[in-house]
Amino acid sequence: MDIQVLAVDHSAAADYRALRQAVRAADPPDAERLLRSLATEVRLTVVDMIGRAGMGHIGGDLSVTDILVTLFGAVLDVDPEQPQALGRDRLILSKGHCAAALYATLARCGYFPRSELTGYMAPYSPLNGHPNRRKVPGVETNTGPLGHGFPVAVGCALGARLRGDGARTVVVLGDGELQEGSNWEAAMTAGHQRLAALCAVVDRNRLQQGARTEDTVALDPLAEKFAAFGWEVRETDGHDHGALRAAFAPSTTGRPVAVVAHTVKGKGVSFIEDRAEWHHKVPTKEQVHAAVEELTR
Amino acid sequence: MTETHTPHAPAADSAAVLAVEAPVYDCRTVFAEELAALARQDERVVVVCNDSVGSSNLVAFREEFPDRLVNVGIAEQNMVGVGAGLANAGFVPFVSAAGPFLTGRALEQIKADCAYSGFRVILCGQSPGMAYGELGPTHHSVEDLSWLRAVADLTVVVPADRAQTRAALRWAYTHDGPSYLRVPRFKVPDVTPPDAPFEFGRAQVLRDGADVTLVAVGTLVSRALTAADRLAAEGISARVLNVPFVDPLDRAAILRAAEETRGLVVAEEATLSGGLGAAVASLTGQHHPVPLRLLGVTGFAPTGSPEGLLEHFGLTADGVHRAAREVLGLTSSAS
Repeated sequence: MDIQVLAVDHSAAADYRALRQAVRAADPPDAERLLRSLATEVRLTVVDMIGRAGMGHIGGDLSVTDILVTLFGAVLDVDPEQPQALGRDRLILSKGHCAAALYATLARCGYFPRSELTGYMAPYSPLNGHPNRRKVPGVETNTGPLGHGFPVAVGCALGARLRGDGARTVVVLGDGELQEGSNWEAAMTAGHQRLAALCAVVDRNRLQQGARTEDTVALDPLAEKFAAFGWEVRETDGHDHGALRAAFAPSTTGRPVAVVAHTVKGKGVSFIEDRAEWHHKVPTKEQVHAAVEELTR
Repeated sequence: MTETHTPHAPAADSAAVLAVEAPVYDCRTVFAEELAALARQDERVVVVCNDSVGSSNLVAFREEFPDRLVNVGIAEQNMVGVGAGLANAGFVPFVSAAGPFLTGRALEQIKADCAYSGFRVILCGQSPGMAYGELGPTHHSVEDLSWLRAVADLTVVVPADRAQTRAALRWAYTHDGPSYLRVPRFKVPDVTPPDAPFEFGRAQVLRDGADVTLVAVGTLVSRALTAADRLAAEGISARVLNVPFVDPLDRAAILRAAEETRGLVVAEEATLSGGLGAAVASLTGQHHPVPLRLLGVTGFAPTGSPEGLLEHFGLTADGVHRAAREVLGLTSSAS
């Protein structure tokens, strides 16, 4: 069996470059409008992918969408034409089960053709339920088991500091995921090393697989935990693109930056929002129609 | 390649003879030398460790390359993940820690972050096997070969002496993928010829023979050579096959030994459930069944010195010698 490796979609990559330039040049309200429209596109794509595959983690995909869209649309210095460029900024989705949102975003940026998205989780598709860097350009490391992305991001940030090219590393974490101890090993190292070019974003939707985080093993006070580990902490609305963009600004203290992004699991589709059962429940055909209708309203 | 190794005289107490006649070495010294040499020639070479600067013999490395040694503290999962991240960032990370903690604590990071992600991370298991002796089974790294052979796309290397330790490091540095190397602490004599090739996935015939094959790795290689001397004195011709690449296994060399000799003994300082012996048994069992005896660590060790524990589990020249006679039907099995 051949390993299928996806390649850049030049025209989509050009579109993405134009969009990013427009976002950067625009006044804040216009930039937010552009990012909002990009987020809606990604959400519609996610709903379609999961409906088609009959599998996926729709709740977390919809909660992390605005974070990913803001990063790719306004923050990261990346070029889908050169996904392996040494000095690129790096985005690691540690909550790898939300691969659909990442795939939809990467395809929109031109890392690979949009047409591949219909194969999400189909037999032999490069688009596995969890992202694989050896098959999907734009994926920095293979995630899936929780608590893995953060240490790898620390390594990326240490490497960038050794190279001295100023590249940033952003790791996107689930909140439930923070119950894994390896995250705190990584947080401690990053704080000690004062990795100012590292940003950890917590998708704080307050739900994990079966229940609320605070009813399972409480994470609060989360901001204080990061601060105690030597991080500069910013709390923000994780669905407000302007606020997110501001939160992703470079460190002002020489410490790594933790962004606690308060989100709603299932954001954008009312019957999915903030319900534990939609962690990996799959919408019926009728529910897909209803979701599309609501997202395009 | 017969007689190109350090000769071992036949003797009743071969371990004692080796200790007296052949100088033995802690391979951490050449590990540190070779690592520094690689770092001088390539600025991408970095080291990640878990508060093990001293036990990994990296104090001099840290002095010479202070920015290129990352001590993540006592945090092995983070350590392996950081190694993968440094590989992503364009570096060649050597991740060094005591074998039991590197492999046991960080097994999922080895699988997902290094092997599945396909990063060139060189995992250096210090003080492997039962080198920590009296510190007990928590500190013994005898499951590592079983655990890591089960991981796809990860090469598992067990050097037998100083030359192979150097060669293993150089090989791993050029290999496009992750690898795990045992770095011997228990002192071993030089057993491989200085100019011996060290090729990916290839075993080395250290001594040719026609009656029985002694397959050995790491600390057991010198003991297998001594056993071969004793067998020779009894008129039995034993082939000694050193298998530094436990995974991928040199299938051709093993099957050739199965075809050309009457049986195999496999000896390793590791559990028998999935290490080299299990690999050889699986291969020969499916393709060329022959009489086989597997020597290894068969349970949690009692309190003892490294040497004493090797004796406890029969991992001695005597043990290999006896197993070879059993394979040939000259001695009945004790068990």
